[in-house]
Amino acid sequence: MDWILVVEQALNGLQFGLMLFLLAAGLTLVFGIMDMINLAHGSLYMVGAYLMAAVTEASGSFGLGVGAALLGTAAFGMLLEVSLLRRLYARDHLSQVLATFALILICNEGVRMIWGAQPVLLNTPAALSGPVELLPGLMYPAYRLLIIGVGLAVAGLLYLLVTRTRIGMWVRAGASNRAMATAMGVNIRWLFTAVFGFGAALCALAGSLLGPILAVQVGMGESILILAFVVIVIGGIGSIRGALVGALLVGLVDTCSRTLLPALLRQLASAEVASNLGPALASILIYVLMAAVLFWKPQGLFPARG
Amino acid sequence: MRSSQLHHRGLGLWTWPLLALLAALPPLLNALGLEFYIGVASRLLIFAIAASSLNLILGFGGMVSFGHAAFVGLGAYTVGILMDAGVASAWIAWPAAMLVSGLAAALIGAISLRTRGVYFIMITLAFAQMFYYLVISLKAYGGEDGLPLPARSALGVDLKDDAIFYWVVLTLFVAVMSLLQRLVNSPFGWLLQGIKENETRMGAVGARVFAVQWQAFVLAGAIAGLAGALLANLNGLVTPHTMHWSQSGQLMIMVILGGAGSLWGGALGASAFLLLEEVLAGYTLHWQMALGVVLLGVVLFAPQGLVGMFKRRKKNVHG
Repeated sequence: MDWILVVEQALNGLQFGLMLFLLAAGLTLVFGIMDMINLAHGSLYMVGAYLMAAVTEASGSFGLGVGAALLGTAAFGMLLEVSLLRRLYARDHLSQVLATFALILICNEGVRMIWGAQPVLLNTPAALSGPVELLPGLMYPAYRLLIIGVGLAVAGLLYLLVTRTRIGMWVRAGASNRAMATAMGVNIRWLFTAVFGFGAALCALAGSLLGPILAVQVGMGESILILAFVVIVIGGIGSIRGALVGALLVGLVDTCSRTLLPALLRQLASAEVASNLGPALASILIYVLMAAVLFWKPQGLFPARG
Repeated sequence: MRSSQLHHRGLGLWTWPLLALLAALPPLLNALGLEFYIGVASRLLIFAIAASSLNLILGFGGMVSFGHAAFVGLGAYTVGILMDAGVASAWIAWPAAMLVSGLAAALIGAISLRTRGVYFIMITLAFAQMFYYLVISLKAYGGEDGLPLPARSALGVDLKDDAIFYWVVLTLFVAVMSLLQRLVNSPFGWLLQGIKENETRMGAVGARVFAVQWQAFVLAGAIAGLAGALLANLNGLVTPHTMHWSQSGQLMIMVILGGAGSLWGGALGASAFLLLEEVLAGYTLHWQMALGVVLLGVVLFAPQGLVGMFKRRKKNVHG
């Protein structure tokens, strides 16, 4: 096993982890503040990716596509919150699950009606399509570097926003104790609409950045939604810091185990066992990680409720 | 205890006409030239069994398990693997399916029941995913493509005949439902429902909270295993997809749709969900949109699920 492969996989893991964080950040706040299980969070990610694809195709500009996806998805998210999700806050978790599951079906079918069932394949922007030599012998795609850069920047900004600003203070207050925050004069209703729109924009950012790497297709939101839930549970619900740590953990473990574990197994066991068991073990690993975290820290790594 | 909020009535006088109708379904469908729908009816009943087992822990016990499909899948794989090894008898394979699923539930429950709320949802999901990827790695049993069954299990009656298979499923469905009805109306059932309402108080008055929840979890797993064994026989194929998390989600949706914590919630929800799918898919290519709108309507206008619409309006029992 050479070190180039390891570094490359670590970078891929970092990139995937940062994108997971963009999804998990919105999800954990929605969950933490309003105690609302939103299964349709992944649909916002899908809608963002499709909006980006459509606008990029029409205008020829990737930047314009991403911008339009951010604004469009944020507007869509806030519209959903005001019109429908707001009615569900007072209901139990099971009703929320059923309602947002219905939303997934509606969003998936809506996207299929507008853009068709075929996956949309996008090229990475021409200026970023080549590889960059990071270290002698280590070539890495420029576009993935961009994703890492944007992801780190957004994570940093979000951290400042939540820990250093007044709005961030309201958000943390709401996540820690909603009733008390309301009593102290925070308008949770509108704060939450704003948080929801912001979370939707983050979803769209992840969707549109990942669009050129993965295929943009119906159902892309559900599989990543499960991972996002794993992330926020590992991190502790309502905690942005937890979401970041959880996302990086899950991204790294998932990506690295997929390539490195089969290679490792080949050295320990026969090739046949390795090729059979390797992929399964790799897929299981993040769930083992989650189960282990919950076993020792039942509230996640960074519990938001004190 | 008859008037208690914890008591769940059976169908009373409706039982016998309804049962007669269900039993008469195969000849009726045959007469109408709709033989295909006998298989659909069996599928409905099998999912009704699976959803009812989930309802026991989700609706009555308040344990929101997001990994119930794993038990269905394990039951199916037990039947498939036993048949592959030459054991075709249903008398051995079906109880074995229940045993395997029950054992898995015993293990998963013992660990998962230490957590609560969302953490319980996610840890049951985690275990289900582990089993899902485990069966995918079983290349000897078809891996990702699944394991075809050469024939249906041998029961002494001819299960190849769709109508006879349907009657067997119906018999088991009736058995499971009467068992569940007796159970939720027994002292054990009252404990289970009491713990759902207030765990701390039930613990304080001496209930062994963990033991009650764990026993219910194991029983639900075993019944789901039976549903899996039947499903394997119906489809003639066992695939990892049976264990996919979306299947667990679908079972949950069925229970919530029908009415969590109502005796008939699981069965009603499963039938409504699958029938809606069947009917809507016949009318429009975009049936998922229509299904979504219907489900949304149920959440907004029938907060207690479909069962709630049949009940007279009364004070919210499971608030």
